[in-house]
Amino acid sequence: MIYLALFYQFFVIGLLAVGGGAATIPFLFDLQEKYAWFSASDLTNMIALSEASPGPIGVNMATFAGFKTAGILGALSATCGLVLPSLLIIITLSKIVDKVASYKSMHTFLKPIQPAVAALILNATCQIAVISLQNILSLCILGLILLCMRFYKASPIFYITLSGFLGFILKL
Amino acid sequence: MLPLLKHEVVTKQNWLTEDELLNYFSIGQCTPGIIAVNIATLCGYKLKKTIGAIVATLAVILPSFICILLIAGTLQHFANHPNIVHILSGIRIGVTALLINVICRLCTQIYQNSSNKLLSGLIFVFALLGLLWLRLSAVFIILSALFVSIVLFMKRCRI
Repeated sequence: MIYLALFYQFFVIGLLAVGGGAATIPFLFDLQEKYAWFSASDLTNMIALSEASPGPIGVNMATFAGFKTAGILGALSATCGLVLPSLLIIITLSKIVDKVASYKSMHTFLKPIQPAVAALILNATCQIAVISLQNILSLCILGLILLCMRFYKASPIFYITLSGFLGFILKL
Repeated sequence: MLPLLKHEVVTKQNWLTEDELLNYFSIGQCTPGIIAVNIATLCGYKLKKTIGAIVATLAVILPSFICILLIAGTLQHFANHPNIVHILSGIRIGVTALLINVICRLCTQIYQNSSNKLLSGLIFVFALLGLLWLRLSAVFIILSALFVSIVLFMKRCRI
């Protein structure tokens, strides 16, 4: 059953992705390698469009990947799978502990995971870079956008629009 | 996201105090799952217990769900149109840049906040080696890091 498989895989992602939207990307690359649900360039497009759409990137990507794999029902299974661990964990946590102090200890407890998450995202970024940086021109655009980020802080949607526009006029 | 949340939840609806929201924000970041979903679930639970948590979670994913279905559904028909291909190639570069930015921020944050910089560095290097050399899965890497967390936690509490 493809729906059950999607639900299960995204449940695991929701359970283990600590630290925001970008933390789900490495898991998606693993999924792509393990199952033939979508190709690596499909995945890169999904990430790009999820980043450009409103809403949390992680949820957007789950819906997108589910839809690409098995249509609307697939999107539903993947999205529900992704958020179910959050729901269960937070309800349980709120029931058991009601003090701020215990959350603080949770934060120190999970500290060693952060460097591992950084390594995972770095690895995924390299995979995306290989697909998106195909020629000198695209490297130049990357440099330009990074410079922009360094000196002019704007929301991600600004850079997404800018890069989409550059892609359009330069016929990448 | 924080200013938007503050405006809706604290100023307009008066559901939470600003301190509570900031607190939920930090809890949302260190519990598993998507941060925005975690914060919504926490707010929902605060107001109406389990039912509230479920309603808030469903509500926070609904706009994403509809938007992405519309985009993905439309894109299916135009995916090979030359202009769409150009725009997508551009956006992919933008995403690469955004992710590079995320990594830089994450690494600075880890470097500044970690009490044991050597350990953080070692975990980073081992995770990277495991990924590139042994081709370990993300699940394995996170579970190993979780194991390290548990060991350190027990050592700190002297169990």
